[in-house]
Amino acid sequence: MEINATLIGEVIAFLIMIALTMRFVWPPLTRAIEERQHKIAEGLEAADRARRELAEADTRAAEEVRKARAEAAMIIERANQQAAQIVDKARADALLEAARQKAQAQAEIENMAHRVRAELRGQVATLAVQGAERILGREIDAGTHKALIEQLVAEI
Amino acid sequence: MSAESGGESFTEYIQHHLTFWNAPVTQAGGVASLHVDTLIMSLVLGFIFLTWFWWFARRATSGVPGKGQAFIELALEFVDGQVKDAWHGSRKFLGPLALTIFFWILFMNLMDVLPVDLIPAAAKATGATHFRPVPTADVNMTFAMSLTVLILTLFYGMKAKGIVGYFKGAVSHPFTAKNVFVKVLLAPFNILMFVIEMVTQPVSLALRLFGNIFAGDLLFMLIAGLMAHFLSLWYPIGILGYLAWSFVELLIIVIQAFIFMYLAVTYIAMAQQHH
Repeated sequence: MEINATLIGEVIAFLIMIALTMRFVWPPLTRAIEERQHKIAEGLEAADRARRELAEADTRAAEEVRKARAEAAMIIERANQQAAQIVDKARADALLEAARQKAQAQAEIENMAHRVRAELRGQVATLAVQGAERILGREIDAGTHKALIEQLVAEI
Repeated sequence: MSAESGGESFTEYIQHHLTFWNAPVTQAGGVASLHVDTLIMSLVLGFIFLTWFWWFARRATSGVPGKGQAFIELALEFVDGQVKDAWHGSRKFLGPLALTIFFWILFMNLMDVLPVDLIPAAAKATGATHFRPVPTADVNMTFAMSLTVLILTLFYGMKAKGIVGYFKGAVSHPFTAKNVFVKVLLAPFNILMFVIEMVTQPVSLALRLFGNIFAGDLLFMLIAGLMAHFLSLWYPIGILGYLAWSFVELLIIVIQAFIFMYLAVTYIAMAQQHH
């Protein structure tokens, strides 16, 4: 075995190699590995969170849909009620108006009948007087027989 | 080619391949010399490892990683997992230590499966007469790493228990007693055990790696040497043998790199925990 100064040279070389590895090789690689582990952990956690949030959003959306559907049903029902009310009211109004118009027309008809009757009565009285004049051959004094005539007219 | 001269040149071939590119630092040489080949190969391979990892670490993204980054991260997390199992503290230092040990040793071991004459031939072109391309087949390399691990073991032990506490633990363990007299009596044995532990740890760590890789390297040399000097007519058989051993050696290469890293981390973690 030839032990010589080479040994010392190699010890120095070995120490320098360790120092260089310690300075330039080990830290950046371990840092990169640790950072990646961190990133992966974060990614997994984010995925988990997203999944949870999605489930939550799903239930919330379902709830919203349910509520909206209930509200829509309520609105439709109310609208139906309102429509029925409107129709009822319209029918009542129409009936009322019809009754009113009928009453008016009847009143008018009655009025006219009165008038016609009165007129006819007058004419009948005149005709009766004229007829009586002809029969009596003289003029009946309207003034003297006014009460009589009126009684006649009333009797007709 | 006679068997005699073939045998001679074969021995020379092996001996040539077992010789380091030795450069004396002082006139005396010996201990004060450097294995230039070991230094060059280990530094180049260390540089390749660092550049490769740094290239992807520099642009590391925490988003979707590219194929290159994904592979680097896979390697890092494998090493990190091993450290995490043994050591329950900040891995700011032990992580890079384990990563460096594993990949540097792996790269150096991998030089073993390259054809034994490839890199030496390339070195020869630049003027080097001898070149051993596998740094982990040099005890200097393996002991440099294991002794560094020993120093770190002591450092982390003392850091965890204080210098006094650490040596108190060394004197009073593994043989413990309640009686003060018995304690004093047991102290020499405890110190002996501690010294044995501190010696066997780096020696076994260094020699295990060295032995495995050197043996594999030697086998490749023998196959190549036999192929060139005795079995020149049966070249295909030599190539098959080379390939077969490459498969086994690849396993050894990875396992030895892993064992060195694992034990280094375990020793340091143990120093902090027990007693």
